[in-house]
Amino acid sequence: MEDVLIIGAGAVGCFIARSLSRYELQVLVLEKENDVGDVTSMANSAIAHSGYDPEPGTNKAKFNVLGNKMMPEVCQKLDVSFGKIGTLTVAVDDDQVPLLADLLVRAHQNGVEAKILTPEEVKALEPHINPAVKGALLCPTGGIVDPFTFTSRAMENACDNGVKLHLAETVLSVAKEGDHYTVKTDRGSYEAKVVVNAAGLHADEIAAMIEPVSWKILPRKGEYFVLNHFAPGLVNHVLFPLPSAKGKGVLVTQTTSGNYLVGPSSEFIGDKGDLATDVPTLESVKAQAQSLIPSLPFGEQIRVFSGIRATPSTHDFIIEASPRNPDFINVAGIESPGLVSSPAIGEYVVKDLIGAVLPLIAKASYKKAIKKYIRPLSLSLLERNALIQANPDYGEMVCDCEKVTLGEIKEALSRSVPCLTVKALKKRTRVGFGKCQGGFCQPKVVRLLADYYHISPLEVLYDKSGSAIILDEIKKEAK
Amino acid sequence: METKDLLIIGGGSAGMAAAVGAYDRGVKDLLILEKGPFLGGILNQCIHNGFGLTEFKEELTGPEFAQRLITQILDRKIPYQLDTYVISISKEKVVTYMNGTDGVVEVQAKAIIMAAGCYERNAGAIGIPGDRPAGILTAGQAQLFLNEYGYLVGHRVFILGSGDIGLIMARRLTLEGAKVLGVAEICPWSNGLNRNMVQCLYDYDIPLFLSHTVTKVIGRSRLEKVIIAKVDEKKNPIPGTEQEFDVDTLILSVGLVPNNDLLDNLGIPTSRSRGALVNEHYETSVEGIFSCGNVLHVHDLVDNVVEEARQAGEAAALYLKGQLPIHKESIAVLPGSGIGYVVPGKIDLADCGDDLIFKFRVRQPSRNVFIQYEFNGIIIKKIFKPIIIPSEMEIEKLPKNILNSNQGTITVSLVDKEA
Repeated sequence: MEDVLIIGAGAVGCFIARSLSRYELQVLVLEKENDVGDVTSMANSAIAHSGYDPEPGTNKAKFNVLGNKMMPEVCQKLDVSFGKIGTLTVAVDDDQVPLLADLLVRAHQNGVEAKILTPEEVKALEPHINPAVKGALLCPTGGIVDPFTFTSRAMENACDNGVKLHLAETVLSVAKEGDHYTVKTDRGSYEAKVVVNAAGLHADEIAAMIEPVSWKILPRKGEYFVLNHFAPGLVNHVLFPLPSAKGKGVLVTQTTSGNYLVGPSSEFIGDKGDLATDVPTLESVKAQAQSLIPSLPFGEQIRVFSGIRATPSTHDFIIEASPRNPDFINVAGIESPGLVSSPAIGEYVVKDLIGAVLPLIAKASYKKAIKKYIRPLSLSLLERNALIQANPDYGEMVCDCEKVTLGEIKEALSRSVPCLTVKALKKRTRVGFGKCQGGFCQPKVVRLLADYYHISPLEVLYDKSGSAIILDEIKKEAK
Repeated sequence: METKDLLIIGGGSAGMAAAVGAYDRGVKDLLILEKGPFLGGILNQCIHNGFGLTEFKEELTGPEFAQRLITQILDRKIPYQLDTYVISISKEKVVTYMNGTDGVVEVQAKAIIMAAGCYERNAGAIGIPGDRPAGILTAGQAQLFLNEYGYLVGHRVFILGSGDIGLIMARRLTLEGAKVLGVAEICPWSNGLNRNMVQCLYDYDIPLFLSHTVTKVIGRSRLEKVIIAKVDEKKNPIPGTEQEFDVDTLILSVGLVPNNDLLDNLGIPTSRSRGALVNEHYETSVEGIFSCGNVLHVHDLVDNVVEEARQAGEAAALYLKGQLPIHKESIAVLPGSGIGYVVPGKIDLADCGDDLIFKFRVRQPSRNVFIQYEFNGIIIKKIFKPIIIPSEMEIEKLPKNILNSNQGTITVSLVDKEA
């Protein structure tokens, strides 16, 4: 019998698991994908929002502001790249100027530091901004975070503290049986005292397995461009346009890895798995971004992608026990600013909601932080030499574009959260993330994964089940 | 800090030929740095024939061609380091490299030749519309999987782009039992060498769809389908012309880009080829740093790479002997209308030979046209071209005495017969 079973290992599921791992509890996390943080948590704007934007009094406002305050310490403990570079919400025509004042009021209601800048002040901070700029709202506590390791390392911390993680396992049913729940999956059956529904886009379907729900998850797609890393300084802050009914609009930012990210669009879609991008939408994203930074070099494009937001029909995060089942907890509709809110949501769900139904006894052996990852690029020449002398794998470059060594890949593979796929390894180490998009290194990565897991290269997946990279071998008889 | 007269970055065809060129002109304190596990670079995965017709006067496969150059390196006992990655170059010509044996090493070089080759434009760069499943690869990636690793990337294949590697992979995959359903090329002409069109597509009845592009890829795990459509003159898909192909693999042969990050990071100016801007000695704006081969501009034929790289090596030798003049003034060479890029990007008459050599590509195929050289606004030469195509790099010589000054601008343009 599990004390807590969490359905879904996105950012929210991972941070709930991490918060739970502090206590003497049996915790199991079930994730249907082949990796943690593999859907919405992976494909988003990678922003640690300050909290100036959500409507005061909402869950979004509360958890965003709390989460933002937690970011420096959480990212330090989890060894995640985080940059408090500040956000600028930019007015480019006169009609928008009064809206800046409204946003300032809202920021102050939410307890977020903010100030309005004159056009000259904006130009001084952002020399490449649209010269028509009329002013901007500066929120210095906003920033950028690496969304891939933010999620996986929260889960790593949880697993290091005893949480069990099952990847590639889909929940088929949840039923209340006396004092516990029985959760059936495509691989087995589990009993748990408390179930946490952190199933992201599918949270409404999971919630409906236990009792009828009044809300729905409305999938909302956003398409993005990723530009290569080139000379820094094109954009120094996260730049937003003025928000509209459709959301925060198309932003332009540098990422923690030095790339530039441009997007997203916003479109409600019928199909929760529809990640296709299309030319008209991306052209519109491009045009909107150019209204902030006219000189954005789209010739440096290295990738387009889309993500799907789990937009709740209630317009606010749903973080509550199911009405008739206090030990079935829904954490649903965690769209933007969900990433930055996750650590705070994790703490609240554990202390206030799970704590109400289970005793929380602190674990003596609890490890607050994960083992630091070696980052050869951040080392001095002498340190790097010592590292390579101790382990020559750190001298062998696998990914030229992103400068990822064999040592880093082996280290990622050795940690408590498995990297089963090429994409998982990419998210952990950035191998194949660069301008050649794995053109040179993917064959090496396929072989490394095959060797590590003792499988045939034909069985190595890019990401989802069925996503083999190579389909056959030649000269079979020669084997 | 260790010192070297000459460091060569890249041990493929360009790097090896540059080393030989420099060595034979007296540079003995040199070192080749190669990132891969053997010399030869991309030639090792090009197991088809067709290499060496001008350089060795016979037809060789890629590995055979590489072996000829490797033999030249070994005969001269030119040192090289394999599995070695160059982290950075400084303007002072300090090269920082790394490998598992020596760790991170800094070397003060007197001269550097950049010969790092190119990389392939890929699905991310061109932003193919639709899903992002497994099974969409570049031609070189598919070639590496097949020829070096022994794996077939797919059974039913469509190819986007008619670049040479794509055409060669169409044949290679067919020979290994895959079904290649077609090649789509967005331009109204093919972008591969004519011999590859014939030997790789026509001989195997693989259809070529000119003025077509892939408008959507479908498949959530592995590719299931591609949709292609005809495009108009502005390369926009024409509704109603869509065709569907059930394929598990899409191979992209949509262009190569010089792998010039190390020089870009120095702020060395680039030309429209996306390689460094060089003079007639393949020297960049930093004295003693040279660039040649596909990292300078993408070539069609390795034989041309070798010739160019050998000359760059010889120039580096002159530089090391102090015989390459310091450039006080020079003539800028610019691509004009109809021309993609021109190498070199500048010329100093004081130190070039008797002939000026221009390498360039036209933007589109043309018949009965002229290549026009204009110097400071005056037409100095027009050369008639019955046929000229983008997939074949032009190499032309002009006598040096055609220029009457060592300052100004030469513009190379493609002009109509009437003009």
